[in-house]
Amino acid sequence: MRNNSKKELTKQEEFMRRHRRHHHEIALWRALVFVLFLALWELSADLCWIDSFFFSSPSRVVLCLVKQIRTNSMLFHIGVTLFETIASFLLVLFFSLVMSTLLWCSTKLSEVLEPYLVVLNSLPKSALAPLFIVWLGTGAKTIIVAGISVALFGSVISFYTAFRQADSEKITLIYTLGGNRRDAFMKVVLPGSVPMLLSTAKVNIGLALVGVIIGEFLAARRGLGYLIIYGSQVFQLDMVITSIIILCVIALLFYKSVQVIEHQIRIRFKM
Amino acid sequence: MSNILELKNIGYSYHNLHGETRALEDISFGVAEGEFVAVVGPSGCGKSTLLSIIAGLLTPERGTILVNNPDGSIRHPGIGYMLQRDHLFEWRTVYRNVTLGLEIQKKLTPERLETIERLLREYGLEKFRDKRPSELSGGMKQRAALIRTLALDPRLLLLDEPFSALDYQTRLTVSADICRLIRETGKTMIIITHDLAEAISLADRIIVLSGRPARVKREIPVKLTLKDDSLLAARNAPEFQDYFNSLWEDLTYEK
Repeated sequence: MRNNSKKELTKQEEFMRRHRRHHHEIALWRALVFVLFLALWELSADLCWIDSFFFSSPSRVVLCLVKQIRTNSMLFHIGVTLFETIASFLLVLFFSLVMSTLLWCSTKLSEVLEPYLVVLNSLPKSALAPLFIVWLGTGAKTIIVAGISVALFGSVISFYTAFRQADSEKITLIYTLGGNRRDAFMKVVLPGSVPMLLSTAKVNIGLALVGVIIGEFLAARRGLGYLIIYGSQVFQLDMVITSIIILCVIALLFYKSVQVIEHQIRIRFKM
Repeated sequence: MSNILELKNIGYSYHNLHGETRALEDISFGVAEGEFVAVVGPSGCGKSTLLSIIAGLLTPERGTILVNNPDGSIRHPGIGYMLQRDHLFEWRTVYRNVTLGLEIQKKLTPERLETIERLLREYGLEKFRDKRPSELSGGMKQRAALIRTLALDPRLLLLDEPFSALDYQTRLTVSADICRLIRETGKTMIIITHDLAEAISLADRIIVLSGRPARVKREIPVKLTLKDDSLLAARNAPEFQDYFNSLWEDLTYEK
């Protein structure tokens, strides 16, 4: 018996070790791909396989970043884009929660609005950006509205779908306990949809960033989107590529932070 | 003897674009205080519809229901309903699940909470009050669902195939267990089941419904000579097989 349990323990340990080794291996490969890519990029620029004027190089990106940070403009542009994205993300969450709740409350309303939502969701929102500029000018307001417009309709549809998928028997249970529709929403539909709302939020933060960059392309005098357009117009491609790399980092950070929040909520409510 | 519930010529139809489906036709029966009534019938005959009508979730198209509620309210506050699955909410602890009804009716009074404490103790769920439903066994989940129902102190309990989601062995134990607990409270119970053995072993009276549209085909009072209190006592009673065969014939003839 004792022997047996000892054997099992080692088996378990072996499994754990294999599991850990697998994860280390994956992490190693990821790092390797990144380093190799940078090295290849740098090398091909140094050896003039590619024209570093057009394709830049890691060292030029670092130089550009240092210069921009020293003149203090880059941090400002990053800050503007961050602010606009977070603002439109939060507004998207708020409006989609309100709108999907209204749709859930009134089946008639949802039936009436369904085709409009579908059209607005499939419409390429960048087509609307020029209109926003004319209506709202070229300030942060326009950019935030552009960010909202990209994420909002899909988000409303996802939220509403999540609400609709609530277990109808659980709603019946609320009624048998003497509850009304409001109780059904607050106690079954909303809490039951939290996982779905969280995964939609993860998509939304990315879409809000897309909308903000589109808006900055067209209407801004600041922000990373503006920097990319400006850089391409004056042929400062180092600046363009540096901004794009910063955008990559921002997108990653956004995604990770929503993921962390999601994880916290899941632990809190054990979902 | 006063009937707690009286159904008179209840009729109900479902409507869709293809026409009308008659679910219930001219259903009349009464249920006495403290009585256990089982309703059996061919599948899809409208048993659940009948229960929904009694619970006040559906309004009958024809006929009347008299629920012996002192205040004569429409919402049937005196009725507790147990659905086919326990439907405990995973996002709430066991304790917050069993207090759900009180929370909805805004009756979280000290006396009611005291009752819940007592039931949790009696049903052996005290240790699990802060656990999530998924950490409970099938039987404990049903007990928690029963506390949630009893918390509102209903006089009449409606059980809609409440054990059908459980595996056979758990089901035997849990159905006997839950019905014993309900017996101890002295409450009236109507249980819908498609398990004839369950109906015979649990009920005082069995109401057999016909196929669609459902009518009351027969009412069978059940009297079993029980040797002991064990779970299988009812199923081992000498009369059990006779009741079973008679019900079987009723339902088979229907198809």
